Amino acid sequence: MRALARAITLIERRDPSIRDLEDAVRDHTDAQVPDVTGFTSAPGTGKSTLVDAVVTLLRKRSQSVAVLATDPNSPFTGGAILGDRIRMQRHALDPKVFIRSMGARGHLGGLSLASREAIRLLGAFGFDQVILETVGVGQSELEVAAVADTTVVVLTPNLGDSVQMIKAGILEIADVFVVNKADIDGHGRVVAELRTMLNMAPKTSWKPPIIPTVATRQEGVQQLWEAILAHRSHLEKTGKAKELSERRLRDETAEVAAELARERTRRALREDPTLTERLLKDGTPYRTAEEILRTRTDN
Amino acid sequence: MKVRARDAKQAWQEEFESGPVRDDGIETSTISGIPLEPLYTSEDLPRRPEEYPGQFPYTRGIHPSGYRGRLWTMRQFSGFATAEETNRRYKYLLANGQTGLSVAFDMPTLMGQDSDAPTSRGEVGHCGVAIDSLADMETLFEGIPLSDITTSMTINSPAAILLCMYIAVAEKQGVSASKLGGTLQNDILKEFIAQKEFIFPPAPSMRLVVDSIEYCAKEVPKWNTISISGYHIREAGSTAAQELAFTLADGMAYVDACLERGMHIDDFASRLSFFFDAHIDFFEEIAKFRAARRIWARWMRERYGAQQERSWKLRFHTQTAGVSLTAQQPELNIARTAVEALAAVLGGTQSLHTNAMDEVLALPTDKAARLALRTQQLLAYETGVASTIDPLGGSYFVEALTDEMERQAEAYFKRIEEIGGVIPAIEVGFFQKEIADAAFRYQQELEQKRRIVVGVNEFTVEDEEPIEILRIDPRLESEQAERIAEVRRKRDQAKCSNALNGLRKAAAGTDNLMPYILDAVRAYATEGEIMHAMVEVFGTYTETAVV
Amino acid sequence: MPTAVRPVRIVVAKVGLDGHDRGVKVVARALRDAGYEVIYTGLRQTPEMVVDAALQEDAQVIGLSIHSGAHMTLFPAVVEELKRRKATDIIVFGGGIIPDDDITALKKRGVEKIFTPGTPLQEIVDWLRNRFPESTTK
Repeated sequence: MRALARAITLIERRDPSIRDLEDAVRDHTDAQVPDVTGFTSAPGTGKSTLVDAVVTLLRKRSQSVAVLATDPNSPFTGGAILGDRIRMQRHALDPKVFIRSMGARGHLGGLSLASREAIRLLGAFGFDQVILETVGVGQSELEVAAVADTTVVVLTPNLGDSVQMIKAGILEIADVFVVNKADIDGHGRVVAELRTMLNMAPKTSWKPPIIPTVATRQEGVQQLWEAILAHRSHLEKTGKAKELSERRLRDETAEVAAELARERTRRALREDPTLTERLLKDGTPYRTAEEILRTRTDN
Repeated sequence: MKVRARDAKQAWQEEFESGPVRDDGIETSTISGIPLEPLYTSEDLPRRPEEYPGQFPYTRGIHPSGYRGRLWTMRQFSGFATAEETNRRYKYLLANGQTGLSVAFDMPTLMGQDSDAPTSRGEVGHCGVAIDSLADMETLFEGIPLSDITTSMTINSPAAILLCMYIAVAEKQGVSASKLGGTLQNDILKEFIAQKEFIFPPAPSMRLVVDSIEYCAKEVPKWNTISISGYHIREAGSTAAQELAFTLADGMAYVDACLERGMHIDDFASRLSFFFDAHIDFFEEIAKFRAARRIWARWMRERYGAQQERSWKLRFHTQTAGVSLTAQQPELNIARTAVEALAAVLGGTQSLHTNAMDEVLALPTDKAARLALRTQQLLAYETGVASTIDPLGGSYFVEALTDEMERQAEAYFKRIEEIGGVIPAIEVGFFQKEIADAAFRYQQELEQKRRIVVGVNEFTVEDEEPIEILRIDPRLESEQAERIAEVRRKRDQAKCSNALNGLRKAAAGTDNLMPYILDAVRAYATEGEIMHAMVEVFGTYTETAVV
Repeated sequence: MPTAVRPVRIVVAKVGLDGHDRGVKVVARALRDAGYEVIYTGLRQTPEMVVDAALQEDAQVIGLSIHSGAHMTLFPAVVEELKRRKATDIIVFGGGIIPDDDITALKKRGVEKIFTPGTPLQEIVDWLRNRFPESTTK
């Protein structure tokens, strides 16, 4: 387990040895691609409790589960307090459950790049299911949707942010909606509002179901998992699964390339004073960038 | 005349502004951050009819006779190690003039688990006395007639069980439950908010609280069924206004729950009692106590329509602030505690616990415990402060601060209501966040020396002389485990498991659980076994992650 | 490849049965503000749970808090569990109401540092900066 934990650290750090890690994973004969489910919501919807309930269900079905929980880092200090484990104490000491808290680090594409690599690694370590959990503030929920096979958006009757979430364009990324805390007032209203919104949306081949849950009592969790499985088989049947995974690999490669290029450029500017001087004098970033990418190589 | 008064004020204002200003950077706001004027005058006095003690809204006290009629109860919280040792300490305190007992339980007892549970290791008898079954409770009160004393029990999640044990001991002493006097803390909401000694989720936890209130209203009428506590909220880092607001909001949540059960407000309201912290910011604390009475009286009469005067009166116990004590130069704690105790007395408390100077390090030694009690006796008998009722009533400053406390509390009530009530606010971490923010802000003020704690961030000494502290013998854990084993061996197994089964069944239904718990207690089921039977039905709670 | 400087990761846990989390939360915030990644695991953690979390999270440091008086049992139990899991490179520090004599004894048993109530937060941060000079963010 410590090897896995350490490897994830290397990934988070964008350590060059990721390349070797990738090769090792590729050569790993038992490596499988785990199913990836993303959970996102505004704070205070009981999402961690719901994830905990889903993990409980999966463990009953003898599946191993890894949870990657992300929280934003402070943009000022880089520090973070990651508190998602608190809700998952039930699974402490279960060797088939791996929980890792990740700071989002605040750099562009950071979360999705790191989690994609981590998911492959978790597959190599034999995990059947991967759950990505993130607080939907800012970019992170879009990044989750870009990585997960199925994205679950969690809403609640209280707090009044359900409507706000929908306005923020969450509708497009949700494959399954959960209305958690279905035991409190206002639950029917949220479901009705959501249904109206979905009916107004353009017709697609997959219509996101709305699942009411009471995560604290494990209610509705089975229905939720069935809905997630139904979405998976829809992806398979329509050929979307293959399409998605290919597109993801292409996107990921492009992102890594961008990252490499960015770093190469920074280094060039750092190491070549004449180049930097010219850039500062002429004010021509586009031309300078092109020149660096054309003429310089790593190593 | 009036014109001249204004001229005088203006003259003072000018002189004040041109006068010297201390430049030590120390905050002039209260410890809770309420900004203070350098001077209060008659212009700051609220316009309202004159208030009198014993009259609505009781700002000046609930008794017309104040402490002239009766002094506050000196109630020192204590308990450590085994029931036998604590029993000896109780007898010592009673012999030294203490007028009521207050039981401190150890962590396993507070968390509803037996001393022989794996997670009890290292904890047995450390923070209080270990009580595992009726047998321990019998030992705890051996030779102390329960008809003659009142007892306060600080326990929450398993409160119903410990109350049943107390009732069962009384039965054995031949004292009827109707004669028992005392207080059960039984305040689960502040556990979710601050002290975090919860076990069941909020709903079944509230059911147990209401069960005990309902049961006592009929069977143990002189018992204070709940002590709605701000103490732990404050100790967790809240401001004075948060302590006041969150505690009274909790109180109203209990009232709502009892009304929902179908009880009548006047049948239980007078048995609700409160428990506040007396912190070091002297006037702010006095204002808090006075505001608490006024707010509660108003809400009980106006919102809940209580008819009887006794339902309007907020009675409270006070403990001096544990968090204000320092491990550095611990003798200073005697001075701190005296100032805090004085605030509680001037605020009109019904009973008081003064902390011992070594409590920040460990449980108090006999000597430290006696000094703490003596501090109260000194206030009561030497200083003369008990002779006049609400002596600060009418003080420009204290009246203005009392109003400010009330205003801030009402603002919080509104926010809590907007979230949907106390339990939803707990579930989204509202209280927890407010408290953590306040605690963090205070800590930063200390670091920046905008607030001074003598002996900690200023006026320190290099070589502290260690003071003598009480140590708990580690052998105690295995001895207590042997005692449980003996109880389990000697009891009537069939009777015990029948009682536990009965409880389990009742928990799944809607009956009042008190009689079932009492049965299990009488059959010498252990606390852990009784809790476990209920956990099987109710499940457990995990906190909302708020850092 | 760019190597983002990785903050030191610290698992912060409340061991023991008490629920007094004021101190642990204040410390967690201060460490965050100093640029550390703090994984807070919540209340009532057993030594086994704390060590398991530290391993999964690949933390370099474990910070323990306790106010119940069980520190002489639980702090060394965390150190022992680290030995058992062959992870003695993870360092352990603690805080709480701990008498001087106990501090000496705990240090002997492998707890690197104890902070008592009243310790300035900066002192904790300085100690960590000293301990991990190469990895801090700034």
